[in-house]
Amino acid sequence: MSRLLRNIYMGVIALILVAPLVVIAGISLNATKFLSFPPKGLSLRWYVEIFADSGWFSALQNSLFVATTSAALAVSIALPIAYCLWRYKILYARVLFSLGVTPFVLPPVIMALAFLLFFTTIEVHGLMINVIIAHGIFLVALPLITVSLGLESVQHEMIEAGQTLGADDITVFRTVTFPIVRPYVISGFAFAFVLSLNEYIIAFMTVGFTVETLPIKIFNALRYGYTPVMGSIAVVFLLVNVLVFGLIARFGDLPKLLGAWSAQDE
Amino acid sequence: MAASETASRPGGDRGPWLLPIFPTIMIGLFFVIPFVLIVAVSVAHQYPEGYYEPAFELTHFRRFLKSIFINTALFSVGVAALVASICLVLGFPFTYFITRLPRRAQVLWLVYILAQLSLSEVLIAFSWQVLLSKTAGVANILVWVGLLEKSVSFYPSFGAVLLALTYLVLPFSVLILYPALSRLEPEVTEAARTLGASPVRTFFTVVVPIMRPPIVATGITMFVFTLGAVLVPQVLGRPQHWTLSVLITDQAVFQSNMPFAAALAIFLLTLSMALVGLTIWINRRYEVKA
Repeated sequence: MSRLLRNIYMGVIALILVAPLVVIAGISLNATKFLSFPPKGLSLRWYVEIFADSGWFSALQNSLFVATTSAALAVSIALPIAYCLWRYKILYARVLFSLGVTPFVLPPVIMALAFLLFFTTIEVHGLMINVIIAHGIFLVALPLITVSLGLESVQHEMIEAGQTLGADDITVFRTVTFPIVRPYVISGFAFAFVLSLNEYIIAFMTVGFTVETLPIKIFNALRYGYTPVMGSIAVVFLLVNVLVFGLIARFGDLPKLLGAWSAQDE
Repeated sequence: MAASETASRPGGDRGPWLLPIFPTIMIGLFFVIPFVLIVAVSVAHQYPEGYYEPAFELTHFRRFLKSIFINTALFSVGVAALVASICLVLGFPFTYFITRLPRRAQVLWLVYILAQLSLSEVLIAFSWQVLLSKTAGVANILVWVGLLEKSVSFYPSFGAVLLALTYLVLPFSVLILYPALSRLEPEVTEAARTLGASPVRTFFTVVVPIMRPPIVATGITMFVFTLGAVLVPQVLGRPQHWTLSVLITDQAVFQSNMPFAAALAIFLLTLSMALVGLTIWINRRYEVKA
């Protein structure tokens, strides 16, 4: 009885979560140019359109480029902070850690405005590098948290053993520490990549009028006329998100990354 | 750092300070300075032509106290509180059930929740716009079932904003409740069951009370997260359903009134920081007790 109730409850929530996406998937399969659900005739032309239409395709390229570079930037900022905090436990690293996490915790519009003011003040307008830096700073929190989690599982005894054998800090990092935290570095990169790909407001306020990322282009299209391409992009994005997080779950310990006990602890 | 110490192990003791030099530069240049700029611009002088000059005046903060802007602030706070409560009520049992599933099933749920959580707010606003539309939305199903005479559009409306915001925030609440709930030992509920309590009773008299601190902390986090929504209120609501985030974007980009946008951002920032501080405090106390 209670199991039945539980399943019904979970089913209803799952339905609410999935419903809008099912409708969007339906729309993306329309054979006609109008948004209708259920779709009128089935076709994959709106998926082809993402690659065939130069506007959508260049937005896709922009988005992928920004997501890759800004995730790499976020990791390169996060790694030294997390390592320093773990290895030396100094206040300086703790302060950097807090500063690194803050942008992600605040309502994104605050960071968006901060970046807008900064880039207008230094008079560097609408370059792609602006949004890469902005996303990089905004998303530092993600690799920072995953890498710190990974470092926690490195035992200090192993480091000491390495040092006793005569290895310097760099060698120990390269041969002992980094191989252990590598999966966490990759997860952090992946989290940042996905969030950058989907981010709208910071991208809009830094480069909204010069560089079109996919979310920006979709929002503009929302105002100036719909096309089923928006549906097919939504589906592609959802699949990319599922793929990335699925890979993290497949090769890493997702529950642990999210702060739960890991499988080994049970 | 004393010279003698550095000499004892060449380069070794400077390591902790030299290592994060790149992060320090990046965070200093692109986070600390932009933040100081927000503060500086919030007291700058705005010319009617749309540019500003450094000054020290509180005009923009005073302007905020005018009724229409205060209404936006109150509306934001009200809607955020409402969305946070709905998400807790729906999300808490849901997350609890997920944590009781076999690990494999848990991971599948988490992957989906993360994927939806990361989905661009643009796409979520668009999906709900379609779902609530006259031509391709649920109204057509209601007509088909016979509940509606003819198809209507359910947006722009407060209900549409509320619905889409809840949809936006719900996966987030699951993710934040998940660690705390997954650490809840099964023995605790089993003990209650052995003593004869029904599952529902166990849930309300054992699980919920133990989880009170994470519930409160999650509620506050949801509140801050809802305050961050920029597109849903714009796309699915009328101007009176705008939140502070929308107002800030509008003032900065479309009204070219940076000082006023900055003043509004400082208000939003203070509110969010205070609430985030509160959740950190609650979590710390909870962890000490646990």
